[in-house]
Amino acid sequence: MPLSIFSRLKPRFWDHEDAIGGPYRHHFDFRSIWKRAVLLIATVALVPLIIWALAGYRLHLDTTEAELKLRTSQLVSNSWRSVALFLSERRLVLDFIAHDHTFETLNDKAHLTAILDNLNKRFRGFTDLGLIDSTGIQQTYVGSHQLGGLDYSNEPWFRQVLKHGVYISELVLGYREEPHLDFAVKRDLPNGSFFVLRAALDAIKLNELIAQFEVGEKTDAFVINRAGVLQTPSRYYGSVFNQIPIRIPDYSPKAQVFESKNNKNERMVIGYADIPETPFILIIVKQKGELVQPWYKTGWAFTAILATSILMILLVTLAVASRLVDQIHAADQERVDTLHQAEYTHKMVSLGRLASGVAHEINNPLAIINEKAGHIKDIFTLTDSYAQNPKLIGLVDSVLATVKRCAEVTKGLLNFARHLNLSIQIIDLQEIASEVKGVLAKEAEFRSITVGVDISADIPPFESDRGKLEQIFFNLFNNAFATMKDGGHLEIMSKREDADFVSITFSDSGPGIAEADLKHVFEPFFYSRAGESRTGLGLAVTYALVQEIGGRVSVQSELGKGTRFNIRLPLKMPPEEQKDTGE
Amino acid sequence: MKTRVLLVDDEEQFVDALSERLAIRDYEITSSVNGKDALEKIRQYNYDVVILDVAMPGTDGIEVLREIKKLKPLTEVIMLTGQGTVETAIEGMKLGAFDFLMKPCDTEELDTKIKKAFARKDEHEERIRAAMLNGSISSPRSVLEND
Repeated sequence: MPLSIFSRLKPRFWDHEDAIGGPYRHHFDFRSIWKRAVLLIATVALVPLIIWALAGYRLHLDTTEAELKLRTSQLVSNSWRSVALFLSERRLVLDFIAHDHTFETLNDKAHLTAILDNLNKRFRGFTDLGLIDSTGIQQTYVGSHQLGGLDYSNEPWFRQVLKHGVYISELVLGYREEPHLDFAVKRDLPNGSFFVLRAALDAIKLNELIAQFEVGEKTDAFVINRAGVLQTPSRYYGSVFNQIPIRIPDYSPKAQVFESKNNKNERMVIGYADIPETPFILIIVKQKGELVQPWYKTGWAFTAILATSILMILLVTLAVASRLVDQIHAADQERVDTLHQAEYTHKMVSLGRLASGVAHEINNPLAIINEKAGHIKDIFTLTDSYAQNPKLIGLVDSVLATVKRCAEVTKGLLNFARHLNLSIQIIDLQEIASEVKGVLAKEAEFRSITVGVDISADIPPFESDRGKLEQIFFNLFNNAFATMKDGGHLEIMSKREDADFVSITFSDSGPGIAEADLKHVFEPFFYSRAGESRTGLGLAVTYALVQEIGGRVSVQSELGKGTRFNIRLPLKMPPEEQKDTGE
Repeated sequence: MKTRVLLVDDEEQFVDALSERLAIRDYEITSSVNGKDALEKIRQYNYDVVILDVAMPGTDGIEVLREIKKLKPLTEVIMLTGQGTVETAIEGMKLGAFDFLMKPCDTEELDTKIKKAFARKDEHEERIRAAMLNGSISSPRSVLEND
């Protein structure tokens, strides 16, 4: 099935076999011309398209990624602000309490309990409060655990408070065995002494805060310490105190974004920011696949459009190239035909020159032989000086007969070779027909052949070569007379065919020509199988003459029904004719 | 009286042979091998029939024919053509030639044609004589024009 489709679509040049070949063969390899044309057009059309598409793809991808990073960075900034605010609020309120009250008031357990209650009414999540004196001993404690009297003087956090005046711890379990954050502030007293107010915040409060961030389904937001230990639960890395497998980034108080890969080799965008004055780093992890998802949808549409465009371009290219090469092929065919025609014409002209030369040179000696032999015969037959010798007379007769045969041939050759210069005249077909008919009238009368001439009145006077036209008429008359038996009928009809052509038809009542012979009748020295008496050149000459005056001659015939020659003549002479064609 | 025939052809051997053969057939034959000489002879002598070759060097057959028809309109001319071209024949017929023959020609045919040509000339002359007797024409040419 595909084969038959191809054969139907196949352009005409595809199976072209060049008859000429030779050194110019490569000019005529239409398949290779076609292939080159397709390649060239496709390259010119497709390469810029593909370059443009790839560049666009790249640009779009870059833009999308930049935008992704920006969005991640903004998300980190916003979340970071919330977390920082959350922690500093709690630190500041503790600082305020430490400075608003004296050591003594705070050392009052009832008072401290009231403060914890008030604090929890506003901020929630504070589980206990403790007052530690300058020696590191917890003097007063209120809260859920009984931790009074503990000595913190050797705890690292205590030393931090002494050093910086404030301290926020990592997530710790502590004595209470509950994950919490410690906040501690130091108040320096005027007498050079100091005390430290310490509070514990339930870690759930920080978890709740982070859980509130609207980060999307596949995005993970969590807090770690500088050692990479989870301070809040993570979607991907598990619960608190787990070590995360991500490289811990360098300190940065501003939001930063970098790319990494997880253990499944999926690309991730990681945004982070250090929260100042705390050990915490806020981290937001986005799976890149999720981030680029919307882009992939456009990417598919983009690819589909590109593929369709390429397909269309290829189809158009094929069509255009085929059509182009087909036209070249047609033009080339025409050229080859013209070449053959010219070659044929040239051959005929050469042949004509040769024939004319031979005929002229032979005709005169032939005439002399004829007369001499005739003379001998005269002497034998008309005078009594020589005894009548039948054998001699037979020989002379045979010489005369041979001369006659030769004369027929030279006459034919001359006819064939004859090419007069064009003598253009206004033609009256009626006049020519009558003239030629008149010349042959005697023979017609003798053989009781009737000749009908019917020239339509609507044929305008037109210009043509009168001599050639007369010769054509004469040849066709002669041909008809030669083929018809006595008592036959020849009909000449002429009518206007259309605006530019007239047709002249010679219909005889001869024996007709066999179908197999029809295509050969215009060839020189062709004798039909019927073996008629012809010089063999009359129709060849006629054919050449009709061509010379720009017409076409065709023949139709049926055995037993006669033959019809049809001549189609232009009302205007072709602009250029061969002038010097022989003689 | 023998029919007076002038044979004009540039091929001497041809002229000689044909002259003799026609002489055998009881014609009074004069021959000429070029157009100028032929015209000279025609001026000086009345021929009944001129056998004229179309293709001759110098003054060609058609020209000679034209001259003959001017000089002696009643003289009949049979054209001999070596080329076998219809145009020349038709041209000749238009100019008033009696008939044409292709070379090499059949002597018997030529003989017949000479006789016919002579008969026509004779007939023309007869009519002219009759007309002149009636006084109805002024010149021989007008007879031809009515023919």
